[in-house]
Amino acid sequence: MRNRSETIIFDNVSKFYGEILGVNRVSLEIPSGITSLVGPNGAGKTTLMNLMTGLLRPTRGKLTVLGIPTDRPELLFRKLGYCSQFDSFPRGLTGREFINSFLMVSGFTRRQAGDLTVKALERVELLPAADRKIGAYSKGMRQRVRLAQSIAHQPSVLILDEPLNGLDPMVRAETIALFKQFAADGLHLIISSHILHEVDMMSDRVVLLNNGYVVAEGAIHGVRDEMDVEHPAQILIRCDQPSVLASRIFQHSDIVEARVHDDRQGLFVKTRSPDQFYLSLNEVVAQGQITVESIAPVDDDLSAVYEYLIGAQ
Amino acid sequence: MSANAETVQSRIEIKDASFSLWLRQVGAILRLELKKNFFSRRSVLVYLLALMPIGLLTLVEIINPPGRTSQQFLSIYSIFYNAMILRTVVFFGCAWIFMNLFRGEIVDRSLHYYFLSAVRREVLVAGKYISGLLTSIVLFTTVTVVCMLLVFFSHYYAESSRLFLDGPGMNHLFWYLTITVLACIGYGAFFLVVGLFFRNPIIPALVLYGWEWINFLLPPLLKKISVIHYLNSLVPVPLSEGPFAVVAEPTPAWISLPGLIIVTALVLFAAGTRIRRMEVRYGSD
Repeated sequence: MRNRSETIIFDNVSKFYGEILGVNRVSLEIPSGITSLVGPNGAGKTTLMNLMTGLLRPTRGKLTVLGIPTDRPELLFRKLGYCSQFDSFPRGLTGREFINSFLMVSGFTRRQAGDLTVKALERVELLPAADRKIGAYSKGMRQRVRLAQSIAHQPSVLILDEPLNGLDPMVRAETIALFKQFAADGLHLIISSHILHEVDMMSDRVVLLNNGYVVAEGAIHGVRDEMDVEHPAQILIRCDQPSVLASRIFQHSDIVEARVHDDRQGLFVKTRSPDQFYLSLNEVVAQGQITVESIAPVDDDLSAVYEYLIGAQ
Repeated sequence: MSANAETVQSRIEIKDASFSLWLRQVGAILRLELKKNFFSRRSVLVYLLALMPIGLLTLVEIINPPGRTSQQFLSIYSIFYNAMILRTVVFFGCAWIFMNLFRGEIVDRSLHYYFLSAVRREVLVAGKYISGLLTSIVLFTTVTVVCMLLVFFSHYYAESSRLFLDGPGMNHLFWYLTITVLACIGYGAFFLVVGLFFRNPIIPALVLYGWEWINFLLPPLLKKISVIHYLNSLVPVPLSEGPFAVVAEPTPAWISLPGLIIVTALVLFAAGTRIRRMEVRYGSD
């Protein structure tokens, strides 16, 4: 159990909108690093984020962010920044005024707010457009100014709801790099995204949600390993004699299926014990009859985990 | 994105969690809100409302030849103030200004930016209320003064000057302004709370409007459960009959003034309690 003041803790949290379920009986402990919330539309990702930021109140259960209850915004938002999905802004403000004004609402002096605003706009590369009205911004610029607003006060916890939406590929890559940098600095980043390969690329851990329930959580590979019994790991071995390799490795009991690739240059293997399989494969290869070009897990990523846990439902 | 920029910057802390911090925060909220209240598209309606009695009086002064004494004008202005300024312009103006402080942000889907700031929500209520108060007071005291000057000075300049310089004119103006300010304070608090509690605040606003108009028909005890009763008690030229008459025993100023402020404080306390529990769910609003 980590220190309460270092983690985000959901203790049996439920949220109902009248009779409609938002999330149910969520118990989580989120440490620093990048944690991604993944799930289909309506799974409860935004509800979890809004609960963490006090925009929603839990129907049941308790929730603290770095030891701060979420109904104390005056304390919470000194530590937390939230880039929500709402693509709306107070009317008539420029990007600079928008960030500066809400920093001052948080209690920063005019000078502090001015400095922090410039730094935040620099980080999202929006300084040249800082004095234009937000109403004239493109979708990507609006997304970036929201991101700048959420990081301007230098929070320890950053919650980002679909932060890559509307960004072009170059900016997406830069934004992911920025997130990784934040995580390396010890920040808590909680990100929701539909783009699984990007989540895979940047996340330290994932929380998979479906229909308001947490269906899995942890490091992606850890989650995948726990599924080996129900969904055996798939491995593709590129080699010159796949049939021979198949006959050799089938002697091992943990192999569920072995199938020669259509181009006859490789072998698909399904195994419930990948570690054991790799050891056995070493032995076969060491005998020298078969030349192996490459060995690659086929379904050891978030897309596969998502497909197995959520896609099937 | 400058990922390589210094990432662990020296964090600027907000050290003082005190009254001075709240004052600074209220100041920041005021700057944002006053700009909206005076210069947004929504404010056009309030300007039109404020111009209505001025336009009406100007028209009346043009087409209606003079023929009355300044004393008669005191009564005429009392009726005009009660019917047109207090019960129409100030009432509906405050309704529009104060209900939009929160409801308008919900409609615009921008309230969450306030809720995501490190500010006590009670301070937010205070800041928004003060901004509404400043806006309404500036607009409606101006209307009160301009209308009074129009009524008296468009004819009989010399007599009106005497009335204001040597007679009761200035005293009357002072009390009309006081009533306008108190109306903004009382109605403002009511409409701010209505904007927080009701998705459709028009209905409770109309209910209050009806209640204020039938006040003269109510038994003395019920009369006192209204804003208009206390305001009417302060009118410098009391009317003896009709909807603007104070038939029940008028409440003395030393009770009605602090009384109205205490009730306002209680209403704002209710707003503070409500907003601490408020959720942002634009979809359901």
